[in-house]
Amino acid sequence: MADTSALYQEILLDHNRRPRNYGPLMGATCVERGVNPLCGDELTLWLRMEGDRIADASFVASGCAISRASASMMTGAVKGKTREEAAEIIEHFRALVTGHASASEFSGGLKVFAGVARLPQRVKCAVLAWHTLHAALVGRAGIAKP
Amino acid sequence: MTALVPRADFPLLARNPDLVYLDSAATSQKPNAVLDAMRDFYESDYANPHRGAYALSARATERYAAARATVARFFGVADPECVIFTRGTTDSLNVVAGAWGRANVGAGDEIIVTGAEHHANFVPWQQLALETGATFTICPLTSDGYADVDSLRRAVSRKTRVVAFNHVSNVLGAINDVREIAAIAHGVGALAVCDGAQGAPHMRVGFDTLGADFYAASAHKMLGPMGSGVLLGRREILEAMPPYQTGGDMIAFVGDVTTTWNVLPHKHEAGTPNVAGAVGLAAACDYLDAIGMERVASHERALVKLAYDRIATIEGVTLHGPRGGERSGVLSFAVADIHPHDLATLLDERGICIRAGHHCAQPLMRRLGVSATARASFYVYSEDSDVTALVDGVESAKRVFVGA
Repeated sequence: MADTSALYQEILLDHNRRPRNYGPLMGATCVERGVNPLCGDELTLWLRMEGDRIADASFVASGCAISRASASMMTGAVKGKTREEAAEIIEHFRALVTGHASASEFSGGLKVFAGVARLPQRVKCAVLAWHTLHAALVGRAGIAKP
Repeated sequence: MTALVPRADFPLLARNPDLVYLDSAATSQKPNAVLDAMRDFYESDYANPHRGAYALSARATERYAAARATVARFFGVADPECVIFTRGTTDSLNVVAGAWGRANVGAGDEIIVTGAEHHANFVPWQQLALETGATFTICPLTSDGYADVDSLRRAVSRKTRVVAFNHVSNVLGAINDVREIAAIAHGVGALAVCDGAQGAPHMRVGFDTLGADFYAASAHKMLGPMGSGVLLGRREILEAMPPYQTGGDMIAFVGDVTTTWNVLPHKHEAGTPNVAGAVGLAAACDYLDAIGMERVASHERALVKLAYDRIATIEGVTLHGPRGGERSGVLSFAVADIHPHDLATLLDERGICIRAGHHCAQPLMRRLGVSATARASFYVYSEDSDVTALVDGVESAKRVFVGA
């Protein structure tokens, strides 16, 4: 029996109810689809790149509160970041939800996802948007896109 | 409504007195009777069956044969040689699609499945159709989730080689009329293949008078061990069809150029069999028989009716599947604004195990217009306090999510 009270906090529920950066992005330069084959969750991520920088990001998702809130906060967190900076945030987030990093390294709402580390069966929900972003930035084969 | 059997019969439930286990449609808990029988086989009679010239191997062979006889009796099969031990329902259905299907389905033929099939009774047929060039037809469902027999009657033709359908939907609990569907299939000379994974644990099967040509079931959903199951088939079909796998035990004579097959059931059981799995399944059959399958069925239907009626009163809840009609002990539902995975996590916090997801039935999810459902399922050890815990848990999850 997991203690989920630390996870389902108001900030997560709020991002689930009113996701930020939601809907197709006008002028997007990149669109990437992510699916979670185990539970059927689907997510589409749009990016507008300006050179090496993520000028804007948005998403649409059908899925659980954890995956939607994660995508909502992620799009906010990577806006204005360079590819390299975004890659660093992705790595940090993966470490956070697998219990390999401390929440103190995160500012704002993303801290809440530290609670996922105690729920191994929900890690895949939390990282769906982040895997999709990673695929959008570097390609599924891990080859950097121009 | 107390449980049909003492919780003490089930070591896992006894060790976790507060656990509310509502995922028996995924797998059932195991009684001591099953665990003891398997252990006793390993401790008393363990050797490789069908091989040794020594007494111990003969005892192992006897245990295996006795298990087959018990399972045959439980499933209403007069001829135990028509009971093929497999790894489970998925394996059984792959035997039918892979061995009978490849030999009997060709380009221009038709395979019909229903829109409510578990992937185990959907994907093997879909792939067979893709391989052979046969037409793959999905029979529509009634609004309650039963196979729509009127549509099926219109769909079948002389080209139809097989109609594959579930006895009981693993998502909706809808109980199909096996006899009627089999009669429609037989009317055009097609085979009726029934996925009994959710039927066999919960009601008497009576295979010899059921009408289906093949019936597949898993031990682990009916109190037996994982990795064990059965394929029941009609003798003339089992004899005519080629083996699914070849190797040890299933041969009569291996020549340098050709090989002849062993008699039933061995022809369809290549390699050293899972004797402990068969012994465990037989012990589960005996345990269920001692309760009585009619009592099992009525207990579950009473529990699921109670759960249906109580959950239906919660605002914002949608229940899938039969409304008021007969249903097995499976209840799929949705709570407005709470994704099933979040609901399952919040219930888990209270020690309540439910399943959330597509339940290996993505074609059905599309037909229901959802990506996932929450599913609670009941068995012989379930009781009304489990329903109360579930209802309280759903109410509590609603308070977390929508402040209701």
